[in-house]
Amino acid sequence: MATPIRFKGTASYLTNEALEASVDCALALEKPLLVRGEPGTGKTLLAEAVAEALGAPLLTWHVKSTTRAQEGLYTYDTVQRLYDSRFGDGDVKDIRRYIKLGPLGRAFASEQRVVLLIDEVDKADIEFPNDLLHELDKMRFHIIETNEDVAAKQRPVVIITSNAEKELPDAFLRRCVFHFIDFPERELMTRIVGVHHPNLEQGLVDQAMEAFYKIRNMQRLRKRPSTSELVDWIHMLKTMGVKDVKLEKNLPFLGTLLKKEQDLVAYADQLSGGSRWRS
Amino acid sequence: MFIPFLYRLRQHGVPVGTQEALSLARALAMGLHDSSLDGFYYAARALCVHSEGHLDAFDQAFLAEFRGIEGKHIQLKEELLNWLKDAKLRLEDLSKEERELVESLDLEELKRLFEERMNEQKERHDRGNRWVGTAGTSPFGREGQRGEGIRVGGEGGSRSAVKTADARKYRPYRSDLALDVRQMEMALRRLRMWHREGADEELDLDSTIDATAKNVGELEVITRPPSRPNTRVILLMDVGGSMDPYVDLMSRLFSATKKASHWKELRTYYFHNCVYGRVYKTERFDEPVWVQDLLHECPPHYKLIMVGDALMAPYELMRQGGSIALNDTNALPGIAWLMMLHQHFKSSVWLNPEPPAYWEGNTISTVRTVFEMYPLTLEGLTQSMQYLSRGRGIARARS
Repeated sequence: MATPIRFKGTASYLTNEALEASVDCALALEKPLLVRGEPGTGKTLLAEAVAEALGAPLLTWHVKSTTRAQEGLYTYDTVQRLYDSRFGDGDVKDIRRYIKLGPLGRAFASEQRVVLLIDEVDKADIEFPNDLLHELDKMRFHIIETNEDVAAKQRPVVIITSNAEKELPDAFLRRCVFHFIDFPERELMTRIVGVHHPNLEQGLVDQAMEAFYKIRNMQRLRKRPSTSELVDWIHMLKTMGVKDVKLEKNLPFLGTLLKKEQDLVAYADQLSGGSRWRS
Repeated sequence: MFIPFLYRLRQHGVPVGTQEALSLARALAMGLHDSSLDGFYYAARALCVHSEGHLDAFDQAFLAEFRGIEGKHIQLKEELLNWLKDAKLRLEDLSKEERELVESLDLEELKRLFEERMNEQKERHDRGNRWVGTAGTSPFGREGQRGEGIRVGGEGGSRSAVKTADARKYRPYRSDLALDVRQMEMALRRLRMWHREGADEELDLDSTIDATAKNVGELEVITRPPSRPNTRVILLMDVGGSMDPYVDLMSRLFSATKKASHWKELRTYYFHNCVYGRVYKTERFDEPVWVQDLLHECPPHYKLIMVGDALMAPYELMRQGGSIALNDTNALPGIAWLMMLHQHFKSSVWLNPEPPAYWEGNTISTVRTVFEMYPLTLEGLTQSMQYLSRGRGIARARS
C-alpha cells in the first residue's frame, strides 16, 4: 500500500492537527470531506489550499437554493435541440451535442485528478445531498439520453462545505469524513493574521486581537465576528494608518466587525455596562 | 482494540456502525494515526463523528475509554521522574510525612500505584483523598493541596488527545441541549409541502416537448404555475403558571414560527394549563375562540402543534368543570377537549419543554396517550416536524 499523502496546509493557509488528520483521512480513504463551521472560518479556502498542495486543478460548484443534483452531473438542452430542429441548425441527430456536463460530471471526465468543491451544500433543498449519494460513492453516473456511462478516470478529491444551518441526511453524513472548523485560538489567530499582514506592528496586532476577542465573547450577538472579519478589519486599520486601538464606543471601523444593527446596539450596551461595573 | 471503543461511542449516543468501523480499520492499517493516541483521537473523530452535535459525546466517550491508557505514556514517566527529583531537592520544605512518602516510594513503585489507581478509577473525580482527580489531597491529580502531586490532565506540556477531550469545548454544540431561533427555524423548515397555483409563469419542459411533437415539430411553448408552499399550521401554546420558567424558550419558538416563510398560514392561540372549550388569541386571554369554531374554520389537513408542559392536577384534566378559571363551567373534562383536537386533525404533535425524564407518573403520561409527544429540544423539534409531515401512520407503527 502506498504511503498516504499528508496535508500540511500551504504558505497562506494554516492548519491544525485535527484539520490535517481529517484531510489525510479523506485523501487516503477516498471519501468526500465534509467541512462545517461558522461563516468566515475558511471552509471554502480549504479546498483551494488542498488543490494547491496537491497541485491539482480546482473545480467549484456553488450550490444555490434552486440547485438540483442533476445539474451537477449533466443537463440536456432540449429547448436548444427543438430550436435547432425547427430552424435546421447543426446536427440534431447527435444528442451528445446537447448534453452539457455539470461540475461533478467534468470532475469525473477529467484526465487529471481534480479537487471538486461543492460549496454550501446546505443551501439547496433538504433532499439534495441524498440525490448525490450514489454518484459520490461510486464516482460514476449514467447519461440516459445517450446511454453512456461517465466514470471517474481519477477519483476526484471532493470537499463539501456546509454552514451548519441545516441538518444533512444521515446516509449522506455516513459516507463523508467530517470536520468541524473550530474558531481559531488566539495563538493560531496571531499566526493567521501574520500570514495576511506580515509587516504589521506587533503592538497594534496585540491591541486589535484583544479588542476582537472581547467583542467576540460579548453576549447577545447575532453574528459574531470571525476570522475573515478580523483580517478585513486589520486591513482597514493598516490602510488608514490607525496606530492604536482601544475597546471603546467609537472603535475605528466597527462596521467591518459587526454587521447587524442589533449587534451594534448590543455592543454599545455592554460596553457601557462594563464600565459601570469597573468604576 | 478499537472495537470496544466503538461500543462505548454508541453508549454515549454517537451513532457509529459497521461503516465507521471499517473506515477506521482502513485508516489505521494505512498508519494515519501515526501510532499515537493523539493521532488516533483525530482520525477516529474525523471518521466516527458526522455532526458537531456529537463532538462532545465523542470527547466524553474517548475520555472514559482512554483515560487510563495515557498513564502508560512515556511522557508521564518523565513527569514522574521530574516530580521525584523536584521533591527530593526540596526535601526540607516537606513535612515529615511527606518526606517519608517520597523516600518510601521509588519510581517503579509510584508508577505501579498510579496505574493501579487509574485502572480502579473509571470516572472523573474531584476533591477526594485517594482517586486521581482535581482539588484533592491524593498524590496524583491537579489543583490539589498536596503541593507536589503529579499533574494529570490540565495544562502544561504539549496538548495531548486526552487533554483535548477533557477540555470538552464542543459542549455548546450538543444538539440535545439549547435551541436558538435560527436552529428552530431550520427544524421547522422540515414541515413543508408544495402545491402549484397562481399564474402560469414557469416553462413546463415536458409538456412543451409533448405539445411540440404533436404539433409536428412546430415549437409550442407550455407554461404552468410555479410551485408554492401549501402547509397550514395551528400553534397552540400553554402560557402562565407552571410554564413561566420556559418563557424564554417559548418566545424563541414563537419568533421562529413567525419567521417561517414556508408555511401558507400560521394561526397562534393560547390556553392555560389545558384546553377547555375555548382558546385565546392573545397571551392575556382576550379574544376567546370556541374550539368548535376553530375546528369548523380549519379543516383536518391543518397541522396542529401543541406546546405545553402538560403538568397539572389530575382533576384539571379528568373531571368535568376541572378548569382552574372560576367562571368556567364546562361540560367536558380537559382530556375530552384534547382528544377532540387530536381526532379532528390528521397530524398533530405535542412539544413539551419538560425533560423526558419527568414524563412518567403524572398528567404528562395521560396526555401522551392522546398526543404524540416530543421534547422541546432541537432533536425533538426536528423529529416532531418529520412526524408531522409524514402523518399519523408511521409513528403508530413504530411505537
